[in-house]
Amino acid sequence: MSGISITLQRFRNASFRRRLLTLLLVAMFGLGAVMLAPVATADTHASEQHSAALDSAAGNPETALEALPAPKPKRGDYPNIGTSSRAIVWVFAQMHLFFGALVLAVPIFVLVIEFIGFKTRDDRYDDMAHEFMKISLTAYAITALFGGTLALSLFLLYPQFMTYMMRAFGSQVLIYALLFFLESMLLYIYYYGWDALRYGNRKWVHLTLGLLLNGVGSTLLVVANSWSTFMMAPSGIDPASGAITGSLWEIMKGPLWNPLNLHRFLANIAFGGAVVGAYAAFKFLAAKSAAEKAHYDWMGYTSNFVAILAFLPLPFAGYWLMAEVYAYSQQMGILAMGGILAWLFVIQAVLICTILLAANYYLWNGMARTDGGERYRWMIKYIALVLIMGFLVWITPHNVIYSGSEIARLGGSAHPVLGPLGIMPAKNIAVFLMLVMTFLSFQLYRRADKEITVNWRHWGNALMIAIYIVACVNIVFAGVYYGYFTNTVYKVGSSVLQVMSTVVVIVSGVVIDTLMFKGAKKLPVNWGMVSNRSQYALFALPIAFTWLMALMGYIRSSVRTHWHVYAVMKDNSPDNFIPPLATVGNMVTGITLLFLVFVLFIFWIANLSGTRQLPPQPQGDVALAGGGK
Amino acid sequence: MSALARALGFSVAMILAFAAITYVLPQVKGEAPEEEEMVIGELTMDSFVALGEKLYQGKGTCTLCHNSLGRAPDMLTYDVQSTSLERIADSRYQGQAGDAESYLRESMLEPSAYVVEGFGKKGSNDTESPMPAVNQPPIQLSDIETDAIIAFLQQKDGNPVTVALPSADAAPAVEAENTAAAPALAQNAEEAIAKFGCAACHAILGSESPVGPSLKDVGQRLQPDQIRISIIDPKAEIAQGFPPIMPEFPNMALAELEMVVQYLSQQTGAQP
Repeated sequence: MSGISITLQRFRNASFRRRLLTLLLVAMFGLGAVMLAPVATADTHASEQHSAALDSAAGNPETALEALPAPKPKRGDYPNIGTSSRAIVWVFAQMHLFFGALVLAVPIFVLVIEFIGFKTRDDRYDDMAHEFMKISLTAYAITALFGGTLALSLFLLYPQFMTYMMRAFGSQVLIYALLFFLESMLLYIYYYGWDALRYGNRKWVHLTLGLLLNGVGSTLLVVANSWSTFMMAPSGIDPASGAITGSLWEIMKGPLWNPLNLHRFLANIAFGGAVVGAYAAFKFLAAKSAAEKAHYDWMGYTSNFVAILAFLPLPFAGYWLMAEVYAYSQQMGILAMGGILAWLFVIQAVLICTILLAANYYLWNGMARTDGGERYRWMIKYIALVLIMGFLVWITPHNVIYSGSEIARLGGSAHPVLGPLGIMPAKNIAVFLMLVMTFLSFQLYRRADKEITVNWRHWGNALMIAIYIVACVNIVFAGVYYGYFTNTVYKVGSSVLQVMSTVVVIVSGVVIDTLMFKGAKKLPVNWGMVSNRSQYALFALPIAFTWLMALMGYIRSSVRTHWHVYAVMKDNSPDNFIPPLATVGNMVTGITLLFLVFVLFIFWIANLSGTRQLPPQPQGDVALAGGGK
Repeated sequence: MSALARALGFSVAMILAFAAITYVLPQVKGEAPEEEEMVIGELTMDSFVALGEKLYQGKGTCTLCHNSLGRAPDMLTYDVQSTSLERIADSRYQGQAGDAESYLRESMLEPSAYVVEGFGKKGSNDTESPMPAVNQPPIQLSDIETDAIIAFLQQKDGNPVTVALPSADAAPAVEAENTAAAPALAQNAEEAIAKFGCAACHAILGSESPVGPSLKDVGQRLQPDQIRISIIDPKAEIAQGFPPIMPEFPNMALAELEMVVQYLSQQTGAQP
């Protein structure tokens, strides 16, 4: 029997569920192959295109078009509509990114929650996942509206730039549009088919739809990311002229593409978790019954769990992205981290510390839900101390602009005691210790409702404590030794040790706890028995996340300085300068407030869909009812 | 108060608090580099050196890395002329330069010809420089602008400027003329103080002028950093009771500035 016959025979003999999954996986890969076919074909012919492009005079019109240098617009070539074009694009782009992040992220953890509900046969998970999707669905239309407006404003206000981008990415934008259609269809089927495909084999169909939805959504994300990274670090072009010389694949896979893909993927999940957490907190505060409070308390806890789980590895992804930025252009890296934009990292420090403090505060409050939490309460003050010390170190600047009399009072351009805390090694120590302490809060919270019964529990705890101590000592030692007693080249290397120490704590903590929780006695958890105050931590998270995303997005975009496409196509528009920090703050604040308004609208719509007006009572019945009393 | 109003109030207060932080940070605007308009025939060596300094601080983006933070050698702290000759003689040198001027030009156009130990790209064992070629994007200095920076680097240490002024005429003739036309640097602090006319307003070097504060005891009142700032940016802090009329000295060489700062910081009012 041939290999194909054997495969077909196995397929016929497989269960319905397996057959369905196989078909869907084949369909998914088939779809992927069709999507990437033009890219692959273009890749095969890259070298031919290159030579044809260079020989454009003799070539056909298409190759001649690719051989055109990047446009060099002059100030007068930019349409003037009487207000800042950059500000308009800034608002629409950031709003599109916020809602895009929410729409792409929510289905990822919804799918996981749905799967957990299916495996544990607990309908509460299923209901919660469905409720999360309600928010995502409303946000979807807003995402599309902002995306469309952004595209129109870019074509209107930056026509030469968009001409060049279209020349570079060509037919890829049509694939993007096709993916968008697919995403829409899958999203609506996934949401509206929820109850129709709820149990048994049908649930597998629904889960597979969720998987396809996330597959298409993630592809949309990485396709759109390639536009941003091409602008920062263009590839597949002639660096001298900007002429397109590479295939679409070469243009997409620039040096910053994958670091940005990972960073945005994680950040989106953290952001999505935080926004739906705020929804749960709002519903908790407005709840009238204990059952409602319990449901939304549990929903808020799950959202916070998702947000923090995705947030913890985010600094490592950010580190990779910045390392690649430095490797691509040291000048660009220094501009971001040590140049004019470096001041914005002081605000970043405040924002990230707000996130960590809010997340920890919520976990500490959550320990009140179970009596087991009392065992760990004494540790909270020490964790809080480390977090606050870390926060203070992180926001300590190194050099600021002093007047003569201030220099005299300080005794130099940097403070004799606080000055050393202003440089990166001190901040790295602070950041990594804060991450370790956040994981400790998380670990204590998970242990609060359990009584561990394995007979090696004392050894397990001793091992965990030893890992914490060694990791903290290593983080401090690496920061102090490499940061202050070696030259600049080794300073950067120290953070690798610190990253490894933090990762070891997180991974070993999860592994040791998983093994120790086997057969553990579960203590009762009183959902809803948490203070109203704790819910404000769930509002603080998305606010800080939103501000942070807008700020970091601005920094990422601004490192291009006066270039539309870095070192290839100059930005000669009236907005080609880096604005003062207060202007940046105003823009980011305005955009965050606008996002808040739209989010409230989404919450209201989500609430409205569950509201049902009672049928009007006939007048006579009312009178009769009144008369019957 | 309803849950919505409380949540909204809390959220808006947080957003505004974050915005407030941006107001307490230094408000610096990063302008895109402007193309310098220069009439070649009207350039003097003074203005050419001044152009070089402006490019060094601005469009050339040199100070982004060449500063005191250890990212690249801080060229303002050593004599680039003698250091260039030392590097040419170094066995690791891979370039073609024969003198300091051509070495400086080569180091800007082909930075990997010689990489200072400890400043190479990671993993390149100091054979590859992270510095971009200054005539390529994103910096894109013209040949004239590159020469202006070389002129500035030579002049700052009091070395003769060997770079030719850009001219349509025969270069050798201009070069000879320019070397002679390079501004004469003060040889010591007293000469520098006399050259820049400090004694016209301040009591120093035999002058008792009351227009500005006396400098006879300035070393007792101010730290060297403060003296330096008050010369570079006289408007930064105005001494109480004196008018804000002190001019800036854009043509003061760094070597001259340092001589003056050192000299003034030793003026404690004590009789010799």
